[in-house]
Amino acid sequence: MVQFIQQLVNGLSIGSVFALVALGYTMVYGIIKLINFAHGDIYMLGAFIGYFSFKYIAGGYGGFILALVLAMGGCALIGMLIEKVAYKPLRNASRITALITAMGVSYFLEYVMVYFFGAERRTLTAPFENTVFHIGEITFTLSTMIIVVTTIILMLLLTYIVNCTKMGKAMRAVSTDPDAARLMGINVDHTISFTFALGSALAGAAGVLIGLHYNIVEPLMGMIPGLKAFIAAVFGGIGIIPGAMFGGLSIGVIQTFASGYISSLWQDAIVYGLLIIILVVKPAGLLGKNKKEKV
Amino acid sequence: MLKIDNLELNYGVIRALKGITMEVNEGEIVTLIGANGAGKSSTLKAISGIEKIKSGSITFMEENLHRKSAQDIVKRGISHVPEGRRIFPGLTVLENLEMGAYLRKDKEGIRQDLKMVYERFPILEARSKQDAATLSGGEQQMLAMGRALMSRPKLLLLDEPSMGLAPILVREIFSIIKDIKKQGTTVLLVEQNARMALSIADRAYVMETGSIVLSGSGEELASSKDIQKAYLGG
Repeated sequence: MVQFIQQLVNGLSIGSVFALVALGYTMVYGIIKLINFAHGDIYMLGAFIGYFSFKYIAGGYGGFILALVLAMGGCALIGMLIEKVAYKPLRNASRITALITAMGVSYFLEYVMVYFFGAERRTLTAPFENTVFHIGEITFTLSTMIIVVTTIILMLLLTYIVNCTKMGKAMRAVSTDPDAARLMGINVDHTISFTFALGSALAGAAGVLIGLHYNIVEPLMGMIPGLKAFIAAVFGGIGIIPGAMFGGLSIGVIQTFASGYISSLWQDAIVYGLLIIILVVKPAGLLGKNKKEKV
Repeated sequence: MLKIDNLELNYGVIRALKGITMEVNEGEIVTLIGANGAGKSSTLKAISGIEKIKSGSITFMEENLHRKSAQDIVKRGISHVPEGRRIFPGLTVLENLEMGAYLRKDKEGIRQDLKMVYERFPILEARSKQDAATLSGGEQQMLAMGRALMSRPKLLLLDEPSMGLAPILVREIFSIIKDIKKQGTTVLLVEQNARMALSIADRAYVMETGSIVLSGSGEELASSKDIQKAYLGG
């Protein structure tokens, strides 16, 4: 039982990072039907911004907040820039064209970082001491708690933005019917740009949080978590915001249980196997409704 | 109020509009009738700026709308209720109406207009918190019209408001259109239900394969032999 709860805690903390990244996948998919494969690399850039901020600007709790703000702001700008340069010219191209472009952007970001900062792993100086707490026999680290709390706050904030602000409602309107949205006077380009900013900011935050957890950053660190976040988005139902939250947490927990109870060598195989099962059994995702695509 | 001069619009190699000229005066209901594919909806899409025109001009309140974005055109007072209603599923009825007022900043005015829309369509108030996708066809049409009115338009473009509705609802929608006119909004109405459209229209244009072939007052056209044969079932 103790082991079970311990694994659950670990799974939820890694899962909340997946969830933050998955939200960006799902929002971008919702609005322009693009699987933005460069999204995992935005998360990597966020981790690097955190790394430099801890190393050269400030540590401590204030330094953590600062790194979070810088990473979120920086990634939001980068996300908007990528959308403008790489995806906007392809707005009316076939979906496969945009998808391949997204892969190109992904490699571009990875190897630009390798070129400038080297391919080696860098150890992140933790901004504060990672104190260990015990509740009964269960162990928590401070970073685990900070990851979970930060994720909850960001998700509440996102839910508020999407459901209650004018921009959030416009986002939802554009994602269901862009032409009708234009008839309302909604600027579709701005709304898409805003969506990229929002998704990228969350990925940036996730990058800083994972830096706290593993204390390592490197240019290719976004590939696997990016893929898992994508699986999380599909698992919950791509295009559905609560689906991404649920999917991310589930993938985190499943992966941790797989490595804890079976073998860490099996954890990825189990997560990818799950994607296959979901695609076969419930292609719209667990929270998704099956609907026919209009041609 | 609205002047269209020699307007042409192509979809690839297909010539959807082959130089149409028409006008809508303030306070009128003008209807555009004709068969499927005659170019009625394309005309409305050109006016509201969601289809690019090839040549010709559209002038609204003495201002050329050429190269204006759909957003600017809404701002100038034209609101378009598209064919098939195109309400936003997943947004509540109230949120749909709020989207209609997207470009407005006057909170008080929006509140008053929301009240006005609710008075005109009481069913929308009763269902304000419901997902718009759960509404029936007639209710969705009312929502689409209410949403368009939320921008406080000077000119309302209506594309096939009667499509797919039971006869009793069609009569209700048309009586609402007359009310909208009475309260000072000019209406350009596209309809396949020519009989109903002509009965409320001040003037009408008949379109055939991208051109206007006939025009006149609503009564004139309703009693014309050619029209009766072609559109009113003899």
